[in-house]
Amino acid sequence: MEKDKNKEPQPGKQSVEKPLKSIKRRDVLKSLATVPVLGVLAYNWWRKKRRENFLNNQISKELGLSYEAPPAPVYAKNGKPVRLGLIGFGIRGPQIARGAGFMHPEEVDKLKQSAKENPNDTRYKNFLEQENLNLVVNGICDVFDVYAERAIQTGANINRVGTDGKPGKKPKRYRTYKELLAADDIDAVIIAAPDHWHGPMTIEAAKHGKHVYCEKPMTWTVPETYEVVKAVKENNIIFQLGHQGRQTESYVKAKEAIEKNILGKITLIEVTTNRNSPNGAWVYPIHPKAGPKTIDWKQFIGQAPWHDFSLERFFRWRCWWDYSTGLSGDLLTHEYDAMNQILGLGIPDSATSSGGIYYYKDGRTVPDVLHTVFEFSKKGLSLVYSATLASNKDRGKIIMGHDASMEIGRILTIKADRESTRYKGKIKDGLIDPDLPLYSYIPGRKNVDAVTSATEQYFADRGLLYTYRGGKRVDTTHLHVSEWINSIRTGKQPSCNIDQGFEEAMTAHMGTIAYKEKRRVFWDRDNQKIV
Amino acid sequence: MCNSKNYSKSQLYLLVALRVVIGWHFLYEGIVKLANPNWSSVGFLLDSQGIFSGFFHSLASNPDVLSVVDTLNIAALTLIGLGLILGSFTRLATIGGIVLLAFYYLSHPPFVGLKYAMPMEGNYLVVSKNLIELMALCVLLVFPTGTILGLDRMNYLIRNKKK
Repeated sequence: MEKDKNKEPQPGKQSVEKPLKSIKRRDVLKSLATVPVLGVLAYNWWRKKRRENFLNNQISKELGLSYEAPPAPVYAKNGKPVRLGLIGFGIRGPQIARGAGFMHPEEVDKLKQSAKENPNDTRYKNFLEQENLNLVVNGICDVFDVYAERAIQTGANINRVGTDGKPGKKPKRYRTYKELLAADDIDAVIIAAPDHWHGPMTIEAAKHGKHVYCEKPMTWTVPETYEVVKAVKENNIIFQLGHQGRQTESYVKAKEAIEKNILGKITLIEVTTNRNSPNGAWVYPIHPKAGPKTIDWKQFIGQAPWHDFSLERFFRWRCWWDYSTGLSGDLLTHEYDAMNQILGLGIPDSATSSGGIYYYKDGRTVPDVLHTVFEFSKKGLSLVYSATLASNKDRGKIIMGHDASMEIGRILTIKADRESTRYKGKIKDGLIDPDLPLYSYIPGRKNVDAVTSATEQYFADRGLLYTYRGGKRVDTTHLHVSEWINSIRTGKQPSCNIDQGFEEAMTAHMGTIAYKEKRRVFWDRDNQKIV
Repeated sequence: MCNSKNYSKSQLYLLVALRVVIGWHFLYEGIVKLANPNWSSVGFLLDSQGIFSGFFHSLASNPDVLSVVDTLNIAALTLIGLGLILGSFTRLATIGGIVLLAFYYLSHPPFVGLKYAMPMEGNYLVVSKNLIELMALCVLLVFPTGTILGLDRMNYLIRNKKK
């Protein structure tokens, strides 16, 4: 047996027998025998690259669409701190406050802990890195004592620390929103109260000259929509409606593609909502400390029809028309606003709706399955919204054109249509493959992504949770709040201003009225009315 | 017993061919990643399952570590590929390839009960193409050819001449 038979063999018999005097030509050839393989690989790679470059050039010349991320907006940083008031601190309230740079110390603890347990969870890091907007929370208002207390502690957490950190000055708690809006040390308010309060609070705020960031939908009823517009315009305040999707990178890219007419004539838009959890169906937990003594029920009811104290109604108000605008106001508006942003749709000419309460038979009055079809006859297109709260099947957002279709999620994909007129020649020549994306845009693709719950994933897929700026993950709500603050400082209109809000509110109301009255409703463009 | 010194012609050519095609595969994988500025191993690492998944996930968790992993992976693929094709530092390249493939295999072992988000191009149960390529490299390790057909021959001869 040889000792080490796996050792490199010696080159040829002769070398074993006698020591080598000179390296022969034959040895050189044998040494270099496989070098040509590199040439073959290089040649094939070059051919492949040339083909790909040719195809890409052909396509990008045709589309004229870049793969570059949209530039990050530059906002005014100087100026005095903007003094905020927070109205409503249930679910969205704390989320918007986080976007503004304020988080409850216990929430900070939770994120810290989560980041420790799961290194992929970068939410704590992202929050710390979130730009400081130079804001101060001076007042808060919530009709539930526990939420009010949390709002105070959140507003005081100016250093973004956990429970072991040092809080700043506590904001004042106001018992009513009217008192808060009358305060002199407040410049702007974030309204995250239930739907039936959006209108009255915005109107009151405008009258006091306070700038408003209001959660969607803009209004609960049709008449108050006109009043909100009037109050905002007359008092010249900066109004931003809470459709944070406005800041989503893929939407910006989608708009660019639409402007370049890549899809050809668009006839159909399909947008959807799919959720499948009690939380997603607005069956939120009831706080153990909640009761008639800790909740100002009368103030909660406001302009809504009177109902005796009910914990279900207080925490799950989205389930009742008495306080809510249902799927139409809550989720259709996000989808519509995205399309309005991308396509500049405006208010539809007509709406029909159908659906029902098919799964959550828990006493709710709003449907859990809803389909609304909006016709934009002048534009020659339909927008179909289809929703269920009892299936998580992901259906995306699709814009269908004669030449290509576009699917928009966090990723943007455009595929040429097999029967397209515009791309006919290129498809025939094999330059465009209709089965492969003609264009795709993946924001922040190098980033580590970790999103926790199913609802968060749902929002993330729809660009409602995170977006990317310069490859860095940022909270869209933060960007939306920053834009609002910048507008306050500069006087420039924000992206989801009162005009966009009017279109959003009227569109949602048309869908709701069509559902409730089981008829096709129309928009009278001349008189600006729903008929 | 096949002695390293006297492979038959067909044995030698087939062993060299095997070495070259595996090298080609490594080199091209390296070049493709090198040429794509957006390439990252993050998706692959996060998709890891099985007993070593914790380790692979931890590699993906820190952007600095991740960028080192990405760079090392590209460098290893390219150098191993060049080594195998040229027959240069063949033994080192072969061992490197085995280690790299072992990482790939262990990060995504095709065991019963493990499911992956990343699509695979075939159907695997325990044995995957990574494992087969790894075994092929093991074969090349015990039937080496670098000093017969490859730059290692020149190396060997020069070293030998000095003696």
